[in-house]
Amino acid sequence: MVNGDSWVSHIEAFVDISRPAEQQKAGVNTVAGLVKNDFITLEALVKEMELYLTTTDDTIRARGILFLAEVLICLLSKALDSFTISSLAGFFSSRLADWRSLRGALIGCLALLKRKSNVGMLADNDARTLAQSMLDNVQVQLLAMHDRKLCFEVFQCLLDAHSDSIASLGDDFVYGLIQAVDQEKDPRCLVLTFHLVQSLVKLFLSQLGSEHIAQDLFEVLSCYFPVYFTHKIADDFEVKREDLSDALMDAFCSTSYFEPFAIPLLLDKLSSSLPLAKIDSLKYLNKCLLNFGTERMLQHAQKIWFALKDVILNPLPQAEILSSSVSVLGGDIKYHEHKIATEALICLKTTILQFTCPNNVDFLTLIIDDDVVERSFCSVTMEGSYSDNYDKNYLKLSALGSILSVVANSSIFCCNRVFQDFFQRLMVALGIDLRTSKHSADAYVEIVSQKFNYGALYLSVELLTSSRDLIATVLESSNSKDSLRGSWWHLIQEFSGPLTSAFKSALMIPNKITAEGGNSNYKQEIIICSVKGLEMLATYAGEHTPVPRKSFEDILEVFILIIISRYEESFLWKLSLKSLVHIGSCISRFKDSHMQMIYNEIVVRRLVMLLHKDSVLSLALILEAISEIGTCSLDLISPVIQGLEEAMLSSFLQACVDESSKSSQDLVLLLDCYCTKILPWCHTSGSIEQPGMHFVINILEKMEDNIAFKMKPEMQDLLDKMMMTMKLVVRGCAENNQYIILEKAYNIMLASTNLPSNALLVSSSLREQFIPDFCELSCKSKMLLYFLASIVTALQQQTPLTNVTRLLNLLLVFTLKGHLPAAQALASVVNKLSDTVILEETIEMILDSFSSVLSNNHQNAPDMFNRNDGASMHFCSNLQINAVVGIAWFGKALLMRGHGRVKDISMAILKCLLSNQNIVPSSSHHQSGNCIGEDMHYLVSRSAADAFHLLLGDSDVCLNKNFHAIIRPLYKQRFFSSMLPVLHSAIKECNSPRTKALLYRAFGHTISGMPLTVLVADAKKVLPLLLDSLSVLDSDILNKDLIYSLLLVLSGFLVDEKGKEDIIGYVHIVINHLIKLLSYPHMMLVRETAIECLTAITGFPYTRIYPLRTQVLEALAGAFDDKKRIVRQEAVKCCHAWASMASQSLRF
Amino acid sequence: MPRELINANPVVHGKKERRVRNDSPNIDEDIKDPEHPYSLEELNVVSEDSIEVNDKLNHVRVTFTPTVEHCSMATIIGLCIRVKLMRSLPSRYKIDIRLAPGSHATEAAVNKQLNDKERVAAALENPNLAEVVAECLAPTFA
Repeated sequence: MVNGDSWVSHIEAFVDISRPAEQQKAGVNTVAGLVKNDFITLEALVKEMELYLTTTDDTIRARGILFLAEVLICLLSKALDSFTISSLAGFFSSRLADWRSLRGALIGCLALLKRKSNVGMLADNDARTLAQSMLDNVQVQLLAMHDRKLCFEVFQCLLDAHSDSIASLGDDFVYGLIQAVDQEKDPRCLVLTFHLVQSLVKLFLSQLGSEHIAQDLFEVLSCYFPVYFTHKIADDFEVKREDLSDALMDAFCSTSYFEPFAIPLLLDKLSSSLPLAKIDSLKYLNKCLLNFGTERMLQHAQKIWFALKDVILNPLPQAEILSSSVSVLGGDIKYHEHKIATEALICLKTTILQFTCPNNVDFLTLIIDDDVVERSFCSVTMEGSYSDNYDKNYLKLSALGSILSVVANSSIFCCNRVFQDFFQRLMVALGIDLRTSKHSADAYVEIVSQKFNYGALYLSVELLTSSRDLIATVLESSNSKDSLRGSWWHLIQEFSGPLTSAFKSALMIPNKITAEGGNSNYKQEIIICSVKGLEMLATYAGEHTPVPRKSFEDILEVFILIIISRYEESFLWKLSLKSLVHIGSCISRFKDSHMQMIYNEIVVRRLVMLLHKDSVLSLALILEAISEIGTCSLDLISPVIQGLEEAMLSSFLQACVDESSKSSQDLVLLLDCYCTKILPWCHTSGSIEQPGMHFVINILEKMEDNIAFKMKPEMQDLLDKMMMTMKLVVRGCAENNQYIILEKAYNIMLASTNLPSNALLVSSSLREQFIPDFCELSCKSKMLLYFLASIVTALQQQTPLTNVTRLLNLLLVFTLKGHLPAAQALASVVNKLSDTVILEETIEMILDSFSSVLSNNHQNAPDMFNRNDGASMHFCSNLQINAVVGIAWFGKALLMRGHGRVKDISMAILKCLLSNQNIVPSSSHHQSGNCIGEDMHYLVSRSAADAFHLLLGDSDVCLNKNFHAIIRPLYKQRFFSSMLPVLHSAIKECNSPRTKALLYRAFGHTISGMPLTVLVADAKKVLPLLLDSLSVLDSDILNKDLIYSLLLVLSGFLVDEKGKEDIIGYVHIVINHLIKLLSYPHMMLVRETAIECLTAITGFPYTRIYPLRTQVLEALAGAFDDKKRIVRQEAVKCCHAWASMASQSLRF
Repeated sequence: MPRELINANPVVHGKKERRVRNDSPNIDEDIKDPEHPYSLEELNVVSEDSIEVNDKLNHVRVTFTPTVEHCSMATIIGLCIRVKLMRSLPSRYKIDIRLAPGSHATEAAVNKQLNDKERVAAALENPNLAEVVAECLAPTFA
């Protein structure tokens, strides 16, 4: 027991309504916590509160009871003994009569009712007393919204947990509840009342039939239908229209006793002109059909059909919808129309399924023999051509089509009926006569095109579609295959040949219409319809297809001919391709090997053949078709891959040996398709073993056999693509296969390049190796080297490397010769090496050789370099530039795996950058060699500055997740924080302007990709440097990309909350820089971003920026005359922001 | 302050789909009507064809048509167009704003008022007018 006074004060605080709400809430929680942990008993609490609970002061009593109730709500999970619960229940039930403290009493009742049985719940007789007290004392509809909601919750809990005791109350409870929910208007309460009615109906099912209770209950519900909810912002009430409507629907369908009242109401509302009412009626009707049972609904069958027919066949005229709903619904008209149609068709399908069985065909007959249906069928199929008033007729046609297809789609039985009654008539309308067509398929093609009947064509496609879908669904749901075939099956079997020809000839009609100048919509519809018809015929489920093999072949033939020869009609071409893809995936879905063979023979083989010979169809289109078709199923991909690889191999040879430029262009397309479509698909599907491995090995072997390889400079693109392909292939292979490929490439490389054996040993005098082959590698060796490098780049970490040292030496040598892929491959190897001993040795070795090249200055170069002539200078600097690039990639590899030696590498790069600051550019040296030397030296330093870009940039050709690189998280940040102080002090100490510019360049590269939070944390150091770099770098056109990324960093600072605080001190400098950049001539993006930054600055404190206003506005006036529209627009916005900052006046 | 609208039921036209252009900055596509929640273009007050731009001679002429003949909003519309142009065009342009011939009862007076820079300046010093103009121009800067 704790001291009484300490918690009594909480009660006092709660009772005093002038105290803040938080304090009261905290008081409740404290006391509840004390009770929960048994520091005080509930009994003691009640005793202590006695005065508050029984006082005659209404306010205090109400607050006291509420306090007790709130405490109880917090104790839902605490076990209480039955006596306590019973006495509390008695107390709260009796308090219901006291309207002044009703809120507390209701919450208290709710707290007791919500208790679960394992912690002691309300006894049944107590629940009954409580319910009785509710009925006797509480006039629900007189209360405020919140209390009403509580009342409904109490009723719901009673119905859910104490149904037995409630049931014994009988009609009193039912009528009491009806009275309580009647006239409710608040949506939050309505959701509850709808649920209440539903639960009530379940409980009192037996009484509903006999008396008028059902009617009374339904009357309460019916006035809410259709739910009309104009409140736009749903969040206010936390209730959406859909929730409300669904709750009402559940209540409507809760018992079949509502049927005599509900169905007439729904049918009546169905004829309403309000789209929402229509949609809701259809939804409700559908659910009622399912819930009320066939027997009860059968009497309404006819009326329902008439109503549905009306909705489907006579869509609301546009104008009517406009006038009735434009104010509420605005632009949703199209959506509603569509929604009405779909709901109506769903409902129709339910109706048919409910009412039709082989024993009872009345309803089906009703539909099929319907006058209106018959008349519209006749009218749409009488019409010869639709080209005149196509749009109007189309509506009628599609409505009829949807009715017929829904009926046919319902069951095999219905399908038979529809086909018997309509299909043959359609064939006649299409001009198909079985007697003639059986003998000569071509004879009637002419007839078809002469009296072409679009309506009949459309309807027959609809029927075919529905029967096809029907089979698919029946097959999925059951295994009984005997019943599938009926008269519809035989009809299709009989007519499929002529139908195929009819569709085929219909595909020729649009051309004729074009000649006559017809409606273009109509033309497209004919194409869509015919293609769809052909597709349907070819996509019946596998062995159950009624379409004979001959027709299937014909259909594929039609499509492939379109693909090959009618590529100029792009709409038709695309559609046909899509259909072929559908057919292909359908065949593989139903696993029909026979059809698969035919498909392979006719479609895939023909397409693959197109790759090999010259055809009129352009290669891009062939590739589009072949990749789409290949990737639609597993069975189709292997011939496609094979064909592609052969084509690639042969054009590779043609391009490189015969120097055919067409082949090299083709090869680029082929590789593109292979890399972007086929390989990714193979990798994701995962079922093709090592895709592309043979291709790579074949290429390598071909290169081994052929001696003469030539490469023109314009083939660089091709080489890049080839390398990318190699990488992608290798990255997807398993380790052992990677190893095989690597070995192969390495051996061929060694064999065919006549490198001197000692060339691969990096000696201390590395430079000497370069003297003999000052010239370039042969084409073939270069290619082999690049391929080898690509393969190495894409290896997995676990793949074993033989001859690591030799391989590394090879790559190192070629890195120094300036072959970028070699540098990347070298970096990849180092990044993935797992053995620490070898790793350390390797790093040491590579670092040594790079730094020996870098540290070389002209004084201690070997004798032959000491001649001060241009060529050797040139050579030497180039070597150093290559070394810088190599070391940058190498550093990136180490950086990504988080190796400590990065520090040395960055220092080496920095040293190289700074090495020319002591060389004063002097005009006194007139020796030409020296001038060149200075320039060359500058180039080396600049490449050192750019090395930082390599170090921190993301590359998509190597060292990324795709190519299995090891990447430690936050490696960039770590590098940044270690480099920032170094760069900072270097910039401070530097006094040569040229070198300083380079340092700023390096700094720019370092920060440009960095996350903003890191930069903001170091804002004190970063900002001054950033601003200085902007002003130093903007003079050189080469820096434009860098300037842009720095501006982006700056704009990041300007919008970041923390960054703003830091930048505020520099705001005038920032603005000056930005104004200078407004006229930056080299890059539009820079100007645009600068203006955006200026706009962002207007959010800064007024006092800081106001003095600069005039200056900014004057500068912006210049930007109004910018060459680019986007810049001008931004300028106008920015000008507005700055101008309206101070006054409305135009006089700035 | 509820007052009678001058044109209570305006005809609303569609907005023209705009092609991407690089010639002259286009200007008043979204200025709001002072009395209706539509833009001037939607009310056919200003259309693309009624704007002449001569980049060489630094001259812009806008001809607009008020919705009704006695529209007292004509001066405000003109003022809005002028302010928008002043804020959007380089200062080298001379801006001419006039009513379409025959479209307004006091055409000459309004034209004179709109092209008198003293009176425009004076109008903009008036805080009430400046507020209306700012409100009308707000959507153009969105």
